[in-house]
Amino acid sequence: MRPFSYERATSVVSAAKAAAERPDARFLAGGTNLIDLMKQEIERPAHLIDLRALPLSDIEGAGDGLRIGAMATNSAVAADRHVRERYPVLAQAILSGGSGQLRNKASVGGNLMQRTRCSYFYDVTKPCNKREPGAGCAAIGGLNRNAAIFGQSDACIATHPSDMAVALGVLDALVETVRPDGSTRTLPVDELHRLPGNTPQTETSLVTGELIVAVVVPPPPEGRQSYAKARDRASYAGGLASVAAAGDRIALGAVALKPWRARKTEQALAAGASPAEAADAELAQAHGAGGNDFKINLTRRMITAALKER
Amino acid sequence: MTNDTGPAEGPFLAKVELTANGTARALTVDTRTTLLDLLRNHLDLMGVKKGCDHGQCGACTVLVNGVRINACLSLAVMHQGDDITTIEGLGLPGALHPMQAAFLERDAFQCGYCTPGQICSAVGMLAEAADGAPSQVTENLSAGEIALTDAEIRERMSGNICRCSAYPQILEAIRDVAEQAA
Repeated sequence: MRPFSYERATSVVSAAKAAAERPDARFLAGGTNLIDLMKQEIERPAHLIDLRALPLSDIEGAGDGLRIGAMATNSAVAADRHVRERYPVLAQAILSGGSGQLRNKASVGGNLMQRTRCSYFYDVTKPCNKREPGAGCAAIGGLNRNAAIFGQSDACIATHPSDMAVALGVLDALVETVRPDGSTRTLPVDELHRLPGNTPQTETSLVTGELIVAVVVPPPPEGRQSYAKARDRASYAGGLASVAAAGDRIALGAVALKPWRARKTEQALAAGASPAEAADAELAQAHGAGGNDFKINLTRRMITAALKER
Repeated sequence: MTNDTGPAEGPFLAKVELTANGTARALTVDTRTTLLDLLRNHLDLMGVKKGCDHGQCGACTVLVNGVRINACLSLAVMHQGDDITTIEGLGLPGALHPMQAAFLERDAFQCGYCTPGQICSAVGMLAEAADGAPSQVTENLSAGEIALTDAEIRERMSGNICRCSAYPQILEAIRDVAEQAA
C-alpha cells in the first residue's frame, strides 16, 4: 500500500472542500472496497478523508418515502423496519450481496461508489482502460464470463457489481449530494453511473469533491417487489445476472457498467406484451463478448420469471 | 500538506485510541496499518488470524462495539474510540465463552486456523439474529423474530471459510449455543 495522510472529517462541506483541493484524495466510508484496492495499489490515494464521524447514518421518513443517510451500513438498511415492509426488493438486494461482516461495515454511499470486479481491472499485469486510460482492454478477447451484455464499448466491457444499486434503480431512488462550494443537488440514481464509452475511467457524474450524503427513496410503486440473483455459489458471490422487480418496473444487475433499467421491457409490458415478449424487447439490444454469451439467455429467463411472478 | 499533485512522501503517522479486550490503548501507527495488523503486531493478540487479507475468508473476524467485521478491510485509524473484542477477549482457558466451549464439544475444527474468526463471527451473528436482523433466506422479511434454522445459520456464516470443511460441526456448535440462549 502506498503511504497516505489521513484526516477525520468534521463537516460535510469541509470534507467536500478538502477533497476538491486535493484530486489525489479519496473519501473513506466503510472502506471494504477502497482498502482492498489500496492494498493492490489499484487505488493510490495520497490522502484519505474519513467520513465516519459525520452524522450521515440516519434512516428516516421523507414525505411518503424514505431518506437513507449515506453512511448507514448496508446491514442497518436491510434491517430497517420501513425498508423491510415497504421496500423488500431493497432489503433482498442488499442481503444477497457480500457477507454479514462486509454488510456490517459497508455504507450506502460506498456501495454506490464501489468499483468493478472485472478480473483484469484487478490484475495490474494486464492492460485495463479503466485503471490506465489508453492501455487497452484485456477482457475483450480474454476471460470475460462476467462481462457486460448492455452498454459496453470497445474500451471497456466491465460490469458494476452492486446489488443494492439495482434495487434503488427500480425504486426510482434519488441521490443527494453536497458539492465543494456547499451547494446541494439531487440526481436520479440512474444518472449517477456512466456507461464506459471512450472514458471508462470516469465512472460517475459526480464532480471532484462532490459527496453523496443520502439516498432518497420515493413511495414504492403498486405491485409485487422481488430480487433474484444468479451466481456460482448460493451465498457470498457476485452475480452473473440479477433482476429487481417492483410492480411494472424491471432493473438488471451484473449486465452493464451501471445498474440497467430495462425500459424496453417496461414499454413492451405497457403495450400489452407477454412476459417473454417483454424480456425479448430488452435482450434484442444485448450482445456478448464470447465467454458471457450465456448471460443473454440467462437474463431473458430471469426477466420472464420475475414478470410471471407478479 | 501543500503538495497536492506530487507523490506523497510519507510514511504518515496518526494517533488512535481504542479499547482492546477491555484494556484502553493509545497508539501512534503508520496510517496504512490495518486493524488486523494493529491487533496482531502492535497488541500481540495473535488469536486474530490473517487468512486472505482481502475480506474473503473471515479468519480475521473481530467484534467492534459488538458488531462483527473483517479486521483486514479496516484501517486502525478508523477505530478511534471503538471497543474491540478478539477471541482472547471472549474467553480464555478456564473461563471459556459458551461458543468456544461448544466448538470444543462438537469438535468444530481440524487445523483451527479459521476458528477464532468463526467463533467471533458466530457470536456477532447470534446477536444480529436476536436483534431481528433478516438474511437472504429469511422468508418473511416483515417478521420481527428470526427462526434460526440450519439454513439461516449457514447463510449468515457464509463469510467464514473453513478449508478443512468442518462446516457440519460448526453448524452443530452454533446451534447448541443458539438453543441454550433461546
